[in-house]
Amino acid sequence: MNADVGSLRAGPDANGHFGQFGGRYVAETLMPLILELEQAYIAAKADPSFQAELDDLLKHYVGRPSPLYFAPRLTEELGGAKIYLKRDELNHTGAHKINNCIGQILLARRMGKTRIIAETGAGQHGVATATVAARFGLPCTIYMGARDIERQAPNVFRMKLLGAEVKAVESGSRTLKDAMNEALRDWVTNVHDTFYIIGTAAGPHPYPELVRDLQTVIGREARAQILEYEGRLPDLLVASIGGGSNAIGLFHPFLDDKDVRIVGIEASGKGLNTDEHAASLAGGRAGVLHGNKTMLLQDEDGQITEAHSISAGLDYPGIGPEHAWLHAIGRVEYQSATDSEALDGFQLLCRTEGIIPALEPSHAIAAVARIAPTMGKDQIIIANLCGRGDKDIFTVAAALGVTM
Amino acid sequence: MSGDRLSARFAACAAQGRAALVTFVTAGDPDLATSAGILAALPGAGADIIELGMPFTDPMADGPAIQRGNLRSLGGGTTLRALLAMVAEFRQTDDSTPIVLMGYFNPILAFGPERFAEAARAAGIDGCIVVDLPPEEAGELVPALSAHGLHLVRLATPTTDAARLPAVLSGASGFLYYVAVAGITGANSAATADIAAAVARLKAATSLPIAVGFGVRTPEQAAAIAAHADAVVVGSALVDAIGAAAEDRANDIPARVAAQVAALAQAVRTARKELVQ
Repeated sequence: MNADVGSLRAGPDANGHFGQFGGRYVAETLMPLILELEQAYIAAKADPSFQAELDDLLKHYVGRPSPLYFAPRLTEELGGAKIYLKRDELNHTGAHKINNCIGQILLARRMGKTRIIAETGAGQHGVATATVAARFGLPCTIYMGARDIERQAPNVFRMKLLGAEVKAVESGSRTLKDAMNEALRDWVTNVHDTFYIIGTAAGPHPYPELVRDLQTVIGREARAQILEYEGRLPDLLVASIGGGSNAIGLFHPFLDDKDVRIVGIEASGKGLNTDEHAASLAGGRAGVLHGNKTMLLQDEDGQITEAHSISAGLDYPGIGPEHAWLHAIGRVEYQSATDSEALDGFQLLCRTEGIIPALEPSHAIAAVARIAPTMGKDQIIIANLCGRGDKDIFTVAAALGVTM
Repeated sequence: MSGDRLSARFAACAAQGRAALVTFVTAGDPDLATSAGILAALPGAGADIIELGMPFTDPMADGPAIQRGNLRSLGGGTTLRALLAMVAEFRQTDDSTPIVLMGYFNPILAFGPERFAEAARAAGIDGCIVVDLPPEEAGELVPALSAHGLHLVRLATPTTDAARLPAVLSGASGFLYYVAVAGITGANSAATADIAAAVARLKAATSLPIAVGFGVRTPEQAAAIAAHADAVVVGSALVDAIGAAAEDRANDIPARVAAQVAALAQAVRTARKELVQ
């Protein structure tokens, strides 16, 4: 990292730790590859041609920079701070996930890997991975929980159209965590030729750092855009968090700006007082899963418990290790929004701005609706609109009691 | 370490000119009572060392057979505390068969590494294999295990090259577990020639006994490996049989497992003699 000593942006340390979190908790078979990936990433960062190719693809293939949009009617309706939306839902494939996938597939090519695998929850990361695999002509297998396949049929079909093989995961809770287990099993079996494109800022080091670095394009753009429009930094950043890649992507470039309040929103499902939520910071304890130490939903015996959220993309019992650390040191404030608050946020944005958000950022919109009215009209909020909602209309219709 | 069951057992097998048979079963599979019966039957059937799986909800290095074994066990209410009580009961009648726990780090972390090591030692456990705890992260567990005289068994794999091997061997004790195939438990089998070469390479780097596992299902496969390695580990084949018997609601599961283990033990015990002939 280039950040100064004492900077909150300097992590992780040489072994991939953010404070007590992070690390490399993987089977020995994977260790040599994990270490090789780290070296390949260090070499790529130092190679101007890597960054040049990435920048070119982000501009012409993904469609970056994404707009920072002032939302006038949402601002007026809430009657408080000025609300800007970072429009990452306008990216190719409709979410922020592609920022990461483009970078990782370039790394896979540098490492001479010829096969791509990934896990997916809502299907957005699966679609983004299938997209870049098609773009670079590599065979691709996507692991997806059988329960998620049922509730995200349009994305399953998209992945297949893009040439990916979608494997249904029937083990465990049949959702994102089980898809990740199965992807890890594939990887350990095919370690010689396979690159695993992890979709969020979690997993064994260097993935949390790698994914974060690739997603900070969101925050770097937003910082430059708000300085251009308002001549100053925002008062508040808001983003939803499952694993936390869109949030860390927005937050990271602002971590050393002490006057910028930063709020991450976990999914509290049917409520934090129930056992049906996905808020691993609010309701979890430190533990080890999927290659990293982080905050996890687990029982007293260390068995992982099932997460719940109306949003398949937030339905995960863990969170990226850098968020666990930012929570522990108090730099980022973490709140939550329930399924029903997210549905309200979803409809609010449809109605006021003509934007159908994904259910994931609808949690962030719900938090904005809660916080903006308490702020002054001269204050500024940036919320990350990390995905569009086309994929969610069936879920939303069912939740609202509408038959299509 | 005095009174070390693992070294004593490896020495005894070596004196008999044969490899040791290591049998893996998941503790509490399909339920605690049956599992205790299986455990009690293993030494008599010819298991030299018992590897006991600590069930976990997310066993990401394991194939379908052991995943299902984990879920059966957890479904039956197995906890780490109950597992250790079962081992303590086993120790009432068998104080010589080594027992090595195998599992994932999170249940140990939740129990507390120090409290875990103390309780495991008191119950009669001899060592641990923690699949997702590579040497780089082992600092949180090693001091507690050492303080209570428990071995930390390390894993070497086909991807462990000369550059990586010293890290794996640093602090390894008890024996070295060679994972014969890059993959999950119960999947493919490695070629005997590859295993023999790997064992020779590892023996040049360590004086620890070498146990070979992953993909070993039949007496024939066990015998082929026993000709080269100090120990052979059989797991998924036993867990599969337990699962099938549980599905049939069989009431003689320990006897069925014992018969399967006896055939494996016979093969392991005669492997080198047949090789000489």
